[in-house]
Amino acid sequence: MITEKLQIKNASGLHMRPAGIFVKEVTKFKSEVLFTFKGSEYNAKSMINVLSAAVKCGDEIELTINGEDENDCLAAIKSAVENGLGE
Amino acid sequence: MEISKATGVSEGIGIGRAVVVDTIIPDTGKRQGQSDVEKERLKNAVEKLTANIQKKASSASEEQAGILESHIMLLGDPFIISGIEEVIDRESCNSEYAVAEVMKNYIAMFRESGDELLAARSIDLKDIQDNLLMLLAGITPFDPGSIARGSVLVADELTTSVAAGISKELISAIVTRLGGRTSHTAIIARSLGIPAVSGADICEIADGELLVVDGTGGCVVRRPTDEQLEEYKAKREVDLERKKALEAYRGLESVTLDGRKIELCANIGLETDIVTAIEADAEGVGLFRTEFLYMDRPSIPNEEEQFSVYKKAAVAFGKRPVIIRTLDIGGDKAIPALGLDKEENPFLGWRAIRYCLDRKDVFRTQLRAVLRASAFGNIKIMIPMISGVEELKSSIALIEEVKRELKGEGVDFNECIDVGIMIETPSAAVLADRLAETADFFSIGTNDLTQYTLAVDRGNDKVANLYTTYNPAVLRLIYNVAQAAAEAGIMCGICGEAGGDPRMIRFLIGCGLSELSMTGNSILQARKIVRESSYEKLRDRVERKLWSLGSVGEAESFLDSLGDD
Repeated sequence: MITEKLQIKNASGLHMRPAGIFVKEVTKFKSEVLFTFKGSEYNAKSMINVLSAAVKCGDEIELTINGEDENDCLAAIKSAVENGLGE
Repeated sequence: MEISKATGVSEGIGIGRAVVVDTIIPDTGKRQGQSDVEKERLKNAVEKLTANIQKKASSASEEQAGILESHIMLLGDPFIISGIEEVIDRESCNSEYAVAEVMKNYIAMFRESGDELLAARSIDLKDIQDNLLMLLAGITPFDPGSIARGSVLVADELTTSVAAGISKELISAIVTRLGGRTSHTAIIARSLGIPAVSGADICEIADGELLVVDGTGGCVVRRPTDEQLEEYKAKREVDLERKKALEAYRGLESVTLDGRKIELCANIGLETDIVTAIEADAEGVGLFRTEFLYMDRPSIPNEEEQFSVYKKAAVAFGKRPVIIRTLDIGGDKAIPALGLDKEENPFLGWRAIRYCLDRKDVFRTQLRAVLRASAFGNIKIMIPMISGVEELKSSIALIEEVKRELKGEGVDFNECIDVGIMIETPSAAVLADRLAETADFFSIGTNDLTQYTLAVDRGNDKVANLYTTYNPAVLRLIYNVAQAAAEAGIMCGICGEAGGDPRMIRFLIGCGLSELSMTGNSILQARKIVRESSYEKLRDRVERKLWSLGSVGEAESFLDSLGDD
């Protein structure tokens, strides 16, 4: 299990299309991926769960990844977020 | 024959037979149901809907496909499906009831979130819910791909999924009761070039009746007479011919007959305008209005959010200039987040640079974001509403401070970034020669310059007819500003409406302006005029006649005469 803090950089935050790209990336992996934001926990593989977190540009989320491909998963998520999630 | 006014949201004229889109709400009452049977029904409906959406997405535009893909993701969301199945198991009920129960909660959660973007997304959720329910009920959801060619879509409003499935080949126009220029429907209509109006009275329109839709003028014509029909058809032909003829100018250089280069740029205000400007063949952005970032929201956009948007524009335009205008907002709107109250005399009040120099914290944040973005393209800073040399010098001093700050942090930015000003106050226009010693460029804001110079409020019905840029006083100021710029060796451009006005373009070229910024879809027309003009000839005529003009009528005749050989 690994945890890491990540700052969301794209202008609309984890919103519709960027959220879609985020979830798409996460669901490629077998690991369970959760994140905490403002005290609540969310399932990164559920688009609707991610959307309801209303994460904005500049906000920081804490990822918790658990599974056999956890390292690759974290790397992929970091890369997608750095690249602006399509924005 | 009946003409009713509506709001044009996508220009052009469309003629065709109405296809009225009704919203049928299937029954979602709770009924007994066998778990496995209901779960199977649900599974089939989800699969069918996903397949339908995927089919639409394959022939959709990029804008539409993005929306449809998000819908597919929501449909496949583990929380949603498992949530619905849970209700089916727990209540031993029908899938319709379960779907409505689960989606209802999410829709409400999004709508009441207090977050405008999420609230807008609740519409997408409702759309998915309704489509699922219709499939479960065996009703085929309205398919915009299945109608007769040349149809006119008529509806209260189009759901996201319907709007995303529209094809230009089949639909000649769209008429809605609700929505406006920024709705999904309007944006998609504009991107596909389909004429559209909203705010129309549609309650009596019957399926199959002939309609003429004028998306430019903003009206719907029912039961047109043969004569009117011919008239509109002719108008449409002329419109389409003109557009086609202008296409020939795409990609050509904007240079006069005698070799003077004029930079034709776009005015943009929303992030979505960036792509539209590029598609319009803009050679840069002459005005990037940053106000949209601060409006209709409870808090000020932070540096990251602003940086992200400015960077996007910089990257999209590459080497081509992007002139970002710093915050130009004032007391015509109350903006609590900025501490702006409504003012008695907002246009003469605490706005734009005056506000920014008093609220340096807000100004600094914006400047940091713009400077950081300058590392990614060709960004220039433009200060609005400058009324004197002092304001310009204070702004530049602050910019230098921010540059030192960023340098100390090791952040990349363009150290030689151009800092120019909008000329929109009469004092700036009159004192242009002194301002040209400090500013890196000018961009004339003719809208406000005209209002301030003629002392006319465009929004006041009683005097609005006095507002006109074709006033000799305004023309002289424009000439004066361009002269001052030329003598100081700096660029003089224009970003007010006059920049894209065919009646003004020759005059502006003759004054020596080298950049014209306008709405994207005026660019090709402007290029045609530039390429047919001779700078020297125009300059000569302007210098000989401008001072003899006294009335608006004389000015108008003069402007029009510039087009003669």
